[in-house]
Parts: sequence; C-alpha cells; structure tokens
Amino acid sequence: MSTIEMKSIIKKFPPATIALDNVNFSVKEGEIHCLLGENGAGKTTLMNVLYGLVKADSGDVFVGDKLVKIDSPKDAIELGIGMVHQHFSLVPTNSVAENIALGHPSVSFLFPLKKVKKTIETLSERYGLSVNPDAMIWQLSAGEQQRVEILKVISKNPRILILDEPTTILTPQEIKNLFQALRQMATEGRTIIFITHKLDEVMAVGDRVSVLKQGKLVKTLETVKTNKQRLAGLMIGRAVLFRLKKPGIRPSKVVLEVSEICALNDRGLPALKHVSFYVRENEILGVAGVAGNGQSELIEVLTGLRKAIKGSVIILGKDVSNQSPKNVADAGVAHIPEKRIRIGIVGDLSVADNLILREYRKTPFSKRIFLKKDFIEKHANKLVKEYNIITPSISTPAKLLSGGNIQRLIVARELQGQPKLIVASHPTYGLDVAATEQIRRWLLKQRELGVAVLLISEDLDEIFSISDRIAVIFEGTMMATVDADEANLEDIGMMMAGIRIE
Amino acid sequence: MKLKVERRLVESRRRTISITILSALSLIAIVFLACGVNPILAYERILYGAFGSIYSISETVTKSITLMLCSVGLALAFQTAIWNIGAEGQLLIGAIFGSGIALSFPQWPAYLLLPTMFLAGFIGGALWGLVPAVLKAKFQTNEVITTLMMNYIATKILEYLLYGPWRGKEAWGFPYTEIFSSSAQLPTLGTTRIHYPTLMIAFVTVVALYILLTRTKLGFEIRVVGKNPEAAKYVGINYAKIILLVMMISGGLAGIAGIGEVAGIHHRLRIGISPGYGFTSIIVAWLSGLHLLSTIVVSILCSGLLVGGEMIQIALGLPIGVVEMFNGVFLFSLLIGEFFLRNKISLDISSKKIESRGQVK
Repeated sequence: MSTIEMKSIIKKFPPATIALDNVNFSVKEGEIHCLLGENGAGKTTLMNVLYGLVKADSGDVFVGDKLVKIDSPKDAIELGIGMVHQHFSLVPTNSVAENIALGHPSVSFLFPLKKVKKTIETLSERYGLSVNPDAMIWQLSAGEQQRVEILKVISKNPRILILDEPTTILTPQEIKNLFQALRQMATEGRTIIFITHKLDEVMAVGDRVSVLKQGKLVKTLETVKTNKQRLAGLMIGRAVLFRLKKPGIRPSKVVLEVSEICALNDRGLPALKHVSFYVRENEILGVAGVAGNGQSELIEVLTGLRKAIKGSVIILGKDVSNQSPKNVADAGVAHIPEKRIRIGIVGDLSVADNLILREYRKTPFSKRIFLKKDFIEKHANKLVKEYNIITPSISTPAKLLSGGNIQRLIVARELQGQPKLIVASHPTYGLDVAATEQIRRWLLKQRELGVAVLLISEDLDEIFSISDRIAVIFEGTMMATVDADEANLEDIGMMMAGIRIE
Repeated sequence: MKLKVERRLVESRRRTISITILSALSLIAIVFLACGVNPILAYERILYGAFGSIYSISETVTKSITLMLCSVGLALAFQTAIWNIGAEGQLLIGAIFGSGIALSFPQWPAYLLLPTMFLAGFIGGALWGLVPAVLKAKFQTNEVITTLMMNYIATKILEYLLYGPWRGKEAWGFPYTEIFSSSAQLPTLGTTRIHYPTLMIAFVTVVALYILLTRTKLGFEIRVVGKNPEAAKYVGINYAKIILLVMMISGGLAGIAGIGEVAGIHHRLRIGISPGYGFTSIIVAWLSGLHLLSTIVVSILCSGLLVGGEMIQIALGLPIGVVEMFNGVFLFSLLIGEFFLRNKISLDISSKKIESRGQVK
C-alpha cells in the first residue's frame, strides 16, 4: 500500500526551466525511499511540492489514498508530513528545548519546560539522537543542530518524514548514527523519503530508490536488486547530445600547474586533499564530479578567493599560490563563477558598469582617478553586439537581464584582456539551448586562440562535448585523468561515485 | 483571503518619497488636532517661520549647513551599505578637536587658525568613524551598534572636558569653555548667523563627493562594494580599504560640521552644541534618496522644519515635544515607505484549506 502517491506532477519555472516534467512518484508505508539525482534534477522541488512550499502547475497528490491539496507546510504537517530541510531554521540564541517547543502544536501557552525536556529525552533515547535540551543552539556543531532539527520534526509524530540531503555536513560517525535512527523510525512504521546524490548512502539506507534526471523520474528500483554502477548510469548516463567539432591542435606549453593543493572548507574540514593537475595551452580540461566534492574550494583556491594550506598554484611559471584575487586576475586568469548572480555581477549597476568590473582600473576606461564614460559606453555597445547580450540598453541594471544574458555578459567581460587561463564553473547550468551552445563555442574559440581552459561541471554532456582531457574529482581528490577520446561514460560515472578503475 | 507581499522589480524612489512626506504630514496633523490646533494654520505658521522673512530664511540656512555636511557623508556611507548612526558623536569629537586648537593657539591669525581648526575637526570626526570601521572590516561587528555607542562615549568626553579641565573662568559655573579668540571665530553674512565659509565648504563637498562617486575609479569601487560586496571581492576590490575610507570621509564631514557650530555660532565649546543634528541627518540622507546632490535641498527643507517648529512652539503655545516628534514621525514614515518601495502588496483571494476530493482507487 502506498502512503504517498504523486501523479503527473508538472512544475515550470519561467521562462524556460521545466523543474518537474510529468513526475509519477509513489512511496510505500514503512519504507526508506531514496530520491537520487544530480543537483538541479528536481529532487528538492518535488519534495517541496509535497510539503506545500512549491505549488505544482498540475498534477495530483494522494496521501493515504486520499486526494489532498497542500498549499502550505501547515497543511502538510496536518497530514502527518514532516520535512528536515537542507538549511536549518533554528533560533541560535535559544535553547534546544525552546527550539523544539517553538511552533509545536501540543505545547500550551504556559511553557511547560519540564514536559518538553521529558519528550526530548524520550525521543533522543529511542532514536539514539542524543542532545542536551538545555544547550544553546549556537553552541552546537552542525551535526548536533541537525539532530535538533530531526527531533523537532519527529516530536510532531509525523507518519512521513522527508530529509533533504541530510548528510552533507555530517561526519562519517554522525552519518552512521543518523542511518540507525532512520532504520528505527522505519521499523515503527514511519515512511522516510531521503534526498541524496550519494550512491553509497542509497545502498546503505534505502529500501527503494527513485532516480530523477532533469526533472523526469527515470526509474524506481529496489536497492537489493541493483548496484552502484547501474544507479550511476541512470543518474548521469545519457547519450552524448552533441560533440562540438574541435579543430585538432596539439596542446603545448603548460599554463596552469597545480601541485599537492590542500584546503579546508568553510567548516574547517579538509575539502581538497593533495590535488595535482595541469592544463596546457590550446586545451580544455574538464573536471567531472558530483557537487560538493571539492569543486567550489578548488576554484576558490585557483582564483585567490580561498587560502590553500599546502601546495602551489603556478601560472606560466609564476607562483600565484595564496595571492589576492586581483593579483591572480592580473596573472591572466579569467573566472566564470558558479554563483553567477551572487558574485558574477552587481545587479543594481548598469550593464555597462558590469562590463568593466575587471578592467575599470586600466586605460582606456580610466585616466588617473577618473573613469572615462565615453570609452565605457563604447566598450559596452561593442560587447553587447559582439556577444549578443539582449538588453533594453547598456544603462539597464544587470539584474533585469535573463539568466542567459547575464552569463553572456559575464563571459564577455571575462574574455577581455587576453586571459591565459579561463576557469569556468558550471558555465551553462540552467541556461537555454541557444545560450548553452553559444557559450561552449566561445570557450572552444578561446582554446583555439591558445588559452588554457579549466571547465568544472556536473553536466557530463558538457564535459564530453568540449573537453580534451577529463579529470574526475571525488571527496577532494583527483581520481584520474583520461583523454576525452578514450573516455567512456560508464567509467567516468563510476569514478564520480568513488570507484577506482584500474 | 490573505495579504500577499511581493518584491518589486522596478523601484520608484520619487513616488516613495512623496508618499513618505504626505503620510508624515498627515500623521503630524492628527497630533496638532489633538492639541486643539488647526493643522492647516500650524503648517502655514511653520512655513512662514521657516521661509517667511529674511531673518527666518537666514536661520534656516544656518541650521542647514550642519545638516548638509553630516547628511552628505551619511548618504555616502549608506550607499556603501555602511549604516553609520554615529554622525552625532563624530560631530562632537570634531568640535572638541577644533576647540582644542582654538583654545591652545588663540593668538594665531585667523587665516592660519581657522583652516587648522577645520582640519583638526575633520581628523577628529574621521578617527571617531574609523574605530567602528576597523571593527567592521576586521571582526565583522555590526556598525549600527558600534557607531551608536560611540555617540555616548563622545557625549561623555565632551561633558568631562566641560565640567573639568576645559571649563572657562568666565563661564559662571556653566559647562562652557571660554569664548574663542576673535581669530577663531568664523565670519558671518551681514547681521545673520550664516557662517558662510562652512556653507561654502558644504557646497563644495557635496559636489566633490558626487563627482567622486559617479565619475572616479574610487567611486566605482564604492558603488560595487555597496551593492554587492561578494562581487567586489571576486573582482579584487579591497573591501576593508573602501570601508575604512568611506567611514573616515563620513565621520570627517560630521567633524567639520562640528567646527561650524563652535566657530560659527557658539564661539565656544559648550554643552548642547548639537540638538541631535547627527540623528536628523540620517533622516535627511534617506529623504534625499541617498542621492548626494539632493542632500542640499533636503537639508534646507528639514532645517526649515526645525526653525518653523520652534516658531509655532512660541506662536501657538505648543509643547516642545510636539516639535521634537516631527523627526520621529518622519523617520517612521520613511521606513514604511522603504517597505513599499521594495514590495508590492495585494490581496490574495483564494481559499486555502485541505480539500478532500473524494476517494480514488
């Protein structure tokens, strides 16, 4: 019997994104059901529809065989659905007990601290999720905070519990504990939906697994009847859509040489472990990997935004390890950032201003202390035309442009000033076909001009279609580097899952 | 049915400001009515009191000098997304620094003494602004709190000096210093109190800052830091440098305003040289829409409100509290106006309840 059944769910995000494309998804009572997929596959969106945070354009949701309309999380909670989000919503200055009592339906107006504490202790004990009810949230580690989140949700006694990538911030031991707790909940007859992009976790905790890819539900399988390779294939495998024609050029001189780089992530845990590789002139090195395996940290180290604790970054013989972003840029590094709207542009400034973000210090855009407006405008008009940036005018605030045009603007800007190395992170993520192809062509053009390109992407199509060599990053280490002509999708997929190929 | 709040894509600042002014005026009208005064009459008197005679115009201009200097610095800081609430303290420290020079070198000629006082005032205010800026750049402290607290420290330093080492012998026990020597007193326009050298400094500063912000490399960096500090870091702009510099300019200008007060009006350092100019300037900066050139006009209008307000206090026998309320009501309306600037409110008339549409299967 299925507790939850989602039928023909469609959700579009205008203008061109189809987040959920006719998804049929059902979960059986008392099972741990994994929802597997790459970033952007639609996992979280699907669960947000179920939890009432996102309204589907069409489709039906059944809970316990009853057609329901879920307009808000409140409706979902009333139906016995609980969700632990990827980002915590705890009040840091309050205690664990206060946070759990907050918004809890059964807590009366006169705060019965003793009763709340008792409940917390009972639940902690039952699921092995130990927390001190009197501790302040800000004193707790990320893992402990997550335990609080789970207790908060489970204290409302939901029949269905959704966890959105709960393990990203946990240590291996904490993950083990979490899995035990989830097992315990499942044996009590609760249904658990576990969102993840990690194959190991699916095999370790799931009863069944549904694979989502680009908004479509590809397949639902029993985990005992499948294996990691098969799942990796389903998750990322697809026929390579188009390999753009690349003129054969022999790569020559090494432009970027990275050796033995170690770096920590924002939480102070190792994110890069002795990473070494090189990129040559006339060459595109594609780095494949599931998000969160050290890609962001690698890019930040290469562009001067994060300090490496060990190792060196050498660009054309010049050591730029731990230099400022300005010095790195001056050494000839262009950076097409992953968070294009957050850091790639200044949304409130005009298109023209955004196009000189890199070069405003140089002639002819400025002379002594002054900016040269006429040159800036001429430059903007030229680039808007050259790179097909669709904008009402060059004085339009950049934030009003569409995603594709924002990316065109960034690429146009970054390709000025003859870069020696381009670091491109997910350069076509979320873009329409036209913009995608255009941006890939521009990168290929740069390769022909002798530029070294480091392409970091989760999109294997992209990696395969334009790379000369492909490297795979997994848990902060480079698994292997292979020639693109000799690479095959299955091997890359397995390496992305952490399986070494001899 | 519920209220729906949506973010606006296009923000119309001009409309917001007119709504702000209108709503503030109508709110204050209610207070006038409650005091038994015809609001139309009250506003007429305020207008007359502010701009109705040569004397009132000169008083309005005099007060606007201080507001202009403080508010243009604040507008610059706010554009950089630094919430400097400390202009009051920066003004006082500037006045203290300048007074120190005036009291130490009374025999210096005016052409040497006055510029030195202005310079000292700028340095004092700049240092007072620099402390919160360093804390913000290095330790990410919230500058709203630190700049606000620095105001109280400045007030206490002033009180200490005036009740202690700097109290004048001829001050009859009042917390005043001695009268400055004549070479430390700013010239005024005719018989008015308009200390025109400060007014000229204010005009030049506003225009210079406007050019700095819109036409120079440094101004570009300031705008980038203010609108998106992460992008600033990404393109290699030195965030800390910009924060320190902007706070020094902002504080320094308030310091110069302090010199205007002591050297132009009171001719001594005393308690009460600023009846909250530093706070009124926050309102002026926001009412100007953070546009630097507009601070000139808005300073004169707000100054008129202060002068006119004093007038009706006498003419209509209103308590001083009513006049002091103006600022509060204006700021309040402004904050609500900001919300409407960014968001659109509409009624969402769709029912929301879980509906069971019958059994299936």
